[in-house]
Amino acid sequence: MVESSIVRYYLRKLVIAALVIVVVVWVVTPFIISMLYAFSSKDDYYSPNIIIPIHYTIQHVKMLLDLGATQAIINSVIVAVITILLSFALGLPAGYAFAKFAFKGKDSLKLLIIGLRMFPILVIAVPLVTLYIRLGLNDTLLGVALAHTSMALPFVIIISSSIFAGVPKELEEAAMIFGLDRKGAFFRITMPLALPGLAAAAIFTFIMSWNEVFIASVLTLTHRTLPAFILTSAMAAPDFIKFAAGFIMILPAMIFVFIARKYLITMWGITLK
Amino acid sequence: MVDVHLKGIVKRFGKTIAVNGINLDIRDGEFIVLLGPSGCGKTTTLRVIAGLEKPDEGRVLFGDRDVTYLPPRERNVSMVFQSYAIWPHMKVYDNIAFPLKIKKFPKEEIDKRVKWAAELLQISELLDRYPHQLSGGQRQRVAVARAIVVEPDVLLMDEPLSNLDALLRVKMRSELKKLQRRIKVTTIYVTHDQVEAMTMGDRIAVMNKGKIQQVGRPDEIYLRPANVFVAGFVGTPQMNFFDATVEIKDDEIILDASDFKVRLPKDYLPVLQEYNGKTVIVGIRPEHIYPEGHAPTTAKKLSWVEGTVDFVEALGSDTILHLNTGSMILVVKISGSHRYEIGSKVKVALDLSNIHVFDKESQVSLLYKRQRGVQ
Repeated sequence: MVESSIVRYYLRKLVIAALVIVVVVWVVTPFIISMLYAFSSKDDYYSPNIIIPIHYTIQHVKMLLDLGATQAIINSVIVAVITILLSFALGLPAGYAFAKFAFKGKDSLKLLIIGLRMFPILVIAVPLVTLYIRLGLNDTLLGVALAHTSMALPFVIIISSSIFAGVPKELEEAAMIFGLDRKGAFFRITMPLALPGLAAAAIFTFIMSWNEVFIASVLTLTHRTLPAFILTSAMAAPDFIKFAAGFIMILPAMIFVFIARKYLITMWGITLK
Repeated sequence: MVDVHLKGIVKRFGKTIAVNGINLDIRDGEFIVLLGPSGCGKTTTLRVIAGLEKPDEGRVLFGDRDVTYLPPRERNVSMVFQSYAIWPHMKVYDNIAFPLKIKKFPKEEIDKRVKWAAELLQISELLDRYPHQLSGGQRQRVAVARAIVVEPDVLLMDEPLSNLDALLRVKMRSELKKLQRRIKVTTIYVTHDQVEAMTMGDRIAVMNKGKIQQVGRPDEIYLRPANVFVAGFVGTPQMNFFDATVEIKDDEIILDASDFKVRLPKDYLPVLQEYNGKTVIVGIRPEHIYPEGHAPTTAKKLSWVEGTVDFVEALGSDTILHLNTGSMILVVKISGSHRYEIGSKVKVALDLSNIHVFDKESQVSLLYKRQRGVQ
């Protein structure tokens, strides 16, 4: 009896470990492959006898950067930053209102905001372009940022409302009793407490904007963001250039996620101690 | 320090009326307790006084200053919240200093006052810590220190002790009361705990369903409850209630309670005269029923009832008997530890000078209505 329970115990552990390995491999392999081939020399890449490259070079990455990826990265960062500023400026007050006040139609309004995300971007792409041409916003970074803001806004509203709801209302009320008005209580009490969660939401918004390719490609011609630039330039190039492009795309996202890890966990209501 | 007057306060949330016409005059430096079950409107009343809620009707006066429409920060009130509401991102020192900083006190004055409050509440060595490093009792003290540091006109407390464990609660009870006596601030204290109310309040306002049922000193509330609700809410175990028909023959008053009859002394006559033949609610507290041999010598007018022991609660300091008299249970409290067999017959005496009679319809105390006409 004892023996069989030991066997069962270890068998169970083994199965779980195997499943974990499968999942990890599934996720990590594309990263590793794209990193390896991004820096692989041309000969190693095309050699049928070599799977893992032996000679490495930064030439592909460098070439991409020289060909306009540098400007595209700068464009992408500008768009992402404007997106964060706009979506937070518009989204935080809405999130706060959803979190702290009871008003008529609150639930249906919330549903409506999430419902906005149901429309495929494809559907609004053409009208958006004609509208932008009329407004003179076509091929501008502000135009892309506005489109990204509209995509990020529902997310920012819903997430920030749950973050604000997590700050007990007594903390604000105490601040109001001890001498602040609601605005003061928001900036001195609620904001500092919500900051880690909001930082995580900002990073999410950044990555969304960084990765968004369709709208960025449709709305810009000369002022490409990085994904749009890669789509239109690198996709016609040899494979190792594509891998190099992929690497440039992944890197910032990975750095951000690495920094944000701690905050991401608090964002969903579990605090890492 | 100021006196507080509530004039016809009404507060509705949607269709529910939380506070339904409250009038209350609170004296300068008084410790008044709003006592009632959850949902009776006591916390809403407190929040109206604080300015966190605007009343739909009525006015709040601090002295002769009408503060009804002033925001909380312009009222010079302080509040201790049930959850303490200490700001987690500030150290204890900054928590206590915060109200002073907002009011732009000079630095030395802030420091002096924070240290004074910390010393008063014995938290001087905790000033450098963050709230999450404190125990519940310590957080409580920080919340109180923050509330008194500004020398408020009115100190509001919303069930401040309910999150503490039983021993600490008893200790803080006397400490808070002593503190209030020392700094003489008008204090409004909300609780559902009748023991807290009885021990701390100069006066108690018992509330139910958004209305004040009775206001009075703790002993008045206890000895002369205004209605069935107050009589039942204050006192443990709860007062015994039973229906009885009043029969007046010549000079004799008999309360017929189906299981037994109680012959009342003649001095009840003026109160019960008009109730001849009608049903009233009779109330008597468990400690005013004495088993044979336990009647105090001072109790003169007794009426005897027999019952079977249904259940015994041996609390050590007291013994509580549940006595079945046929169709109802009489709860009897005897001080000290005594042994009773379940199922055994016990004769008990009702102390007729401590009996309460209530109108069946309005549930109002007939004796209270007559304002101490009968004792």
